[in-house]
Amino acid sequence: MVAAPVAEPAVLDVRALARAFGRVRALDGVDFSLRRGDVLAVFGPNGAGKSTLLRILAGILRADRGEVMLGGARFDRTDPAQRRRIGLIAHASLCYDFLTAAENLEFYARLYGLADPRGAARAALEAAGLADRAGSLAVTMSRGLVQRLAIARALLHEPELVLLDEPFTGLDQAAAATLRAELERLRERRRAVVLVTHNVEEGLGLATHVAIQVRGRFAEWGPRPADAAAFRARYAAAVAGG
Amino acid sequence: MGNVVAQALVIAAKDVRLEFRTRTAFVSALAFTALVLAIFNFARDPTAVAAIDVAPGILWITFCFAGLLGLNRAFALERENRAIDGLMLAPVSRSALYLGKLLANLVFVGLVEAVALPLFALFFNVPLWPILAPLLGVIALATIGFVALGTLLSAIAVNTRFAELMLPVLMLPFLVPPITAAVQVTSRLFAGRSFGEMAAWLKLLVGYDIVVLATAILVFDFTLDE
Repeated sequence: MVAAPVAEPAVLDVRALARAFGRVRALDGVDFSLRRGDVLAVFGPNGAGKSTLLRILAGILRADRGEVMLGGARFDRTDPAQRRRIGLIAHASLCYDFLTAAENLEFYARLYGLADPRGAARAALEAAGLADRAGSLAVTMSRGLVQRLAIARALLHEPELVLLDEPFTGLDQAAAATLRAELERLRERRRAVVLVTHNVEEGLGLATHVAIQVRGRFAEWGPRPADAAAFRARYAAAVAGG
Repeated sequence: MGNVVAQALVIAAKDVRLEFRTRTAFVSALAFTALVLAIFNFARDPTAVAAIDVAPGILWITFCFAGLLGLNRAFALERENRAIDGLMLAPVSRSALYLGKLLANLVFVGLVEAVALPLFALFFNVPLWPILAPLLGVIALATIGFVALGTLLSAIAVNTRFAELMLPVLMLPFLVPPITAAVQVTSRLFAGRSFGEMAAWLKLLVGYDIVVLATAILVFDFTLDE
């Protein structure tokens, strides 16, 4: 007799998530779930509520309705232990201009309670290819280098769920290639990833799952489509209709 | 509790490092202090009003407005590159975040006061030495309340359109009790009055500090909500 395969529990389970700003419904009943190793690319036009979705998942914003389950438990954004499981790579670096690259990472390593903050910062700088810029103030670094620093900061504490908000914006080719490689590594390490982007080509290249978000709702969500051209057409139609 | 204090110290150390690397707010506050004291010194008529009569009010007006210059920057520096999101995502309690900002602001305002006090003695020829210890005690008490309130309100003001204007507008009405008490105690110290004549004002300062600190820790979480 062959035992039935045991379904892997979802790392992230989002149910009927909603958030309004005044009369504007930024998020209006979003549902999806991700397992370890899943990479969800969320596509949508400006104002679709993609960043609001990420900010709620990160615990920065409060949802009006719905719930987020993280690793099977209801996500409580006031619980520091649950926030520790999440890493956020935003369009902004979340780093301090007048701290050096090493000081920025060491600061976050201390906040996350890592055993050897200095060592962790050094290792993260080496992994990000920034060892030679450890002593440079963030304000003196190029956009590509700062984005590498932002990635190192977000992954410093080995989060289970990684959230990325338009991470390719403003990157040159070399920095974009580094980011793609980092995302591949996250997938290999079976992290769950939510990637919000305008860029359909980049997103499809990295994703295991895709969603089209328009006016706060997922117009489509599921595994990455085999027919990219048909998906692009559906995306264009959803955006035009939205 | 130990973890909260440790995280607060990490945040405070970062803020102090950032401030003394850029020195923008500190230098501005010092320049402002020197200018205010110089203007008050030359604006008064020494033959009509004795320095000792106006000095306590001038001292506290100077501390108050110089401190306000620095308090604005506490959360403004978190707005750059949306670093506040990094702090809110980190496994740090809101109490630790508030205490960290409070400690950094206390260092900042304390240093401004440490420079302002000798300048004040120089401009107004007030003998500080005989009353230095009790005066420092009063300054510490009033500064704790002032900074505790300012740290809370700067978190609210930073998300408004005119943050630098909004902080004094929000803060000054709430500063009437501690500044009045501080001026009254300072006047009595300069006049060599007994401790008994200051006790009620000192109790007001202590009570104000306790109420503001407790309220700030309770409501700080809501100030960061968008």
